[in-house]
Amino acid sequence: MKREAYRSLRNISREEPLGPGGSLCAGCGGLLALRLFHKALGENVIFVNAAGCFSLLALFPFTPLRSSWLYTAMACAPAGAQGIRDALDILRERGKLAPAADRKVVVVTGDGAAQDIGLQSTMAAIHRGLDFYYFCYDNEAYANTGFQTSASTPYGSRTATAPITPAFPLGVVQQRRDLFEIWRVQKPPYVATVSAADPLDLSEKVYRASKLSGPKLFIALSPCPPGWEAEPEKSVELARLAVETGIWPLKEAVYGQVSHTKVPRRFKPVEEYLASQGRFRHLFEPKRNDEAIARIQAAVEKYWKAVSDAVAPQEPLSNEAVG
Amino acid sequence: MARALLTGNSAAAWAARLAEVDYVPAFPITPQTEIVETLARWIHTGEIQARMVTMDSEHSMLAAAGAAAATGARVFTATSSQGLVYGFEMLYVLAGLRAPLVLVNVSRALSHPITLEPDHNDVLAARDTGFLQFHAESCQEVLDSILMAYRLAEHERVLLPAIVNLDGFYLSFTREAVEIPEPADVKSFLPGFEPAYPHLSGPAPLALGAAVLDPALYTFFKYQMHHATENALALYPEIAAEFAGRFGRRYGMIEEFMLDDADYVIVMTNSFASMGKAEVKRLRREGKKIGLARLRLIRPFPHREIQRVLRGRKGAAVIDQNISVGKGGILFSEIASALYGLPDRPPALLSFIGGLGGRRFRPEEFDGILARLEAPPESPEEIARPYLLFSDEECRDVGRYFSVASGEEKSHEA
Ligand code: SF4
Repeated sequence: MKREAYRSLRNISREEPLGPGGSLCAGCGGLLALRLFHKALGENVIFVNAAGCFSLLALFPFTPLRSSWLYTAMACAPAGAQGIRDALDILRERGKLAPAADRKVVVVTGDGAAQDIGLQSTMAAIHRGLDFYYFCYDNEAYANTGFQTSASTPYGSRTATAPITPAFPLGVVQQRRDLFEIWRVQKPPYVATVSAADPLDLSEKVYRASKLSGPKLFIALSPCPPGWEAEPEKSVELARLAVETGIWPLKEAVYGQVSHTKVPRRFKPVEEYLASQGRFRHLFEPKRNDEAIARIQAAVEKYWKAVSDAVAPQEPLSNEAVG
Repeated sequence: MARALLTGNSAAAWAARLAEVDYVPAFPITPQTEIVETLARWIHTGEIQARMVTMDSEHSMLAAAGAAAATGARVFTATSSQGLVYGFEMLYVLAGLRAPLVLVNVSRALSHPITLEPDHNDVLAARDTGFLQFHAESCQEVLDSILMAYRLAEHERVLLPAIVNLDGFYLSFTREAVEIPEPADVKSFLPGFEPAYPHLSGPAPLALGAAVLDPALYTFFKYQMHHATENALALYPEIAAEFAGRFGRRYGMIEEFMLDDADYVIVMTNSFASMGKAEVKRLRREGKKIGLARLRLIRPFPHREIQRVLRGRKGAAVIDQNISVGKGGILFSEIASALYGLPDRPPALLSFIGGLGGRRFRPEEFDGILARLEAPPESPEEIARPYLLFSDEECRDVGRYFSVASGEEKSHEA
């Protein structure tokens, strides 16, 4: 991706629309990504939230946000966004809202709401062509409730509902469901994956999306110290490793057309990423599970082979994981 | 003022039109569909300026409705039965947001077994949510109640959403003569919507629906809602009087039918009260001192009005067109709680269940109810129990269905 607006870190706004002092965990990767996302979006934002970790961003009487906020319920943040967008449009038509005072409507949910209980309302909003942003902080589980398995949870990881026992040595055996592809299927103007470890790529994507009208959807891989069992200071490093190992491809789809915005020159082995998280520890201790690690590696390689063959991957990365 | 033959559903649509609603999120369910279809037609012909959006479920529909109201639009929506309970979570959310919109519910009994005709387990399930509730008997009352509901809901001392209920089929699809008020008159009763409360399109950033972790805060906000319903109760007579002055139709919280010298009172709600009134008239002709009280305002619950209307009577029978399985009639319990402690409460207060799934009342059932009120049961068991109205003939019919179902008897079609 040739970046137009964000060539160096100096291009990133020094304004902090999402200030410090919230009640989320230290080192929350999702919050880092949201902070960058909000900087790139600018002012006049209304967030519409579904139940999840980020619901604590408005904890009466405090919020670290300088923008507006509406918490709905778990299943229906995109429907809430529809109501707000429509009401803003109506008020503009009636001359009750100056164009300069118009707002950007931004859904913010975790992967549980995005993938499971809120998927229907999201697909409907995309279908209606709602002019909104969707920011999904994908911590790959139901983190707020104590890290239970979601449809985003990767193969071979441990969650609170997939504990490691002799009978179940792998943890989660399902394949991670590819939300990017699910969203892309209706060919909305913009879908992208982003990483807090790559602020320029993230910001440029927000900039590109801002020029398009309609659904603009983002998934940020969100290292989650308590759930991933990693030290808070490791979050950026984990986010970077996910990209460098090829596990988290940075890409965008403009009206359904996919392009990868950052292809690592040389991929690091997935092991580096896996071994630094407690949720994958059972793949290495007490006995190394070579087969599972090789499977994850093979799936990544297959994905990127398809990319380098210049063919849009027919099968998303995660579905390969079980093999 | 125009007079037209309107169904209950089109009367509801007319009210939304006259209220100049900005926004109508919708999802289809029988028997509500005619309301949104009518509004859709008017939007498409340009007769009204509202915007409609068809959502993916009632849950989403209510989310969009609440969010739009919280952004400063006048919102109208409608549902029924399964739709209401599918969106149930959002009823609490909308009331908690203090979003003053109007939701029409076209009552239909809840599955299982799935059916189409009305009873009130759907709408009464919403009684604890914080929605105001008006229950209508006639098509005219549907139209008028919606206009009054907006006035009350949007009042800065109330700011709660409202449900206006009408019975599916019996009212939704029944045509009656309805006075359609002049738009200019409606406008002076219900001016264009200018939200006085902070909303999301206002100049300052606003966080709505923020979490609370202190139980005292949670309690505070819930009590605020309760106090708002008390304000609604205090404001209602004013608004009803203004409505009567302008349109000539007076609506109490309770409609009092032949109550002046009545010793015995039947309490009912909604369209089936028309059947009750016909029976009361007949019994009056037979010399019985009986009347009917029809509850129009269910939330806030008009305790004082209940007391005024029922105190000093010899007996009252509450006919609930709902069943709280394992308890009995929902409104019976509420009415009993309003009367308990009054020294001159009716010595006989009995509970009857009827009208479930649209079951019609039989004239002889009213004779039976009156007979029971005149000679009330004395055993503790009999006083507290709900009487489940059902006839011998229905028993025989059900028996026949079962023998057909089990193959013992051939149906007529076979
Ligand atoms: S549990 Fe994870 S995702 Fe949730 S706030 Fe904490 S770090 Fe962030």
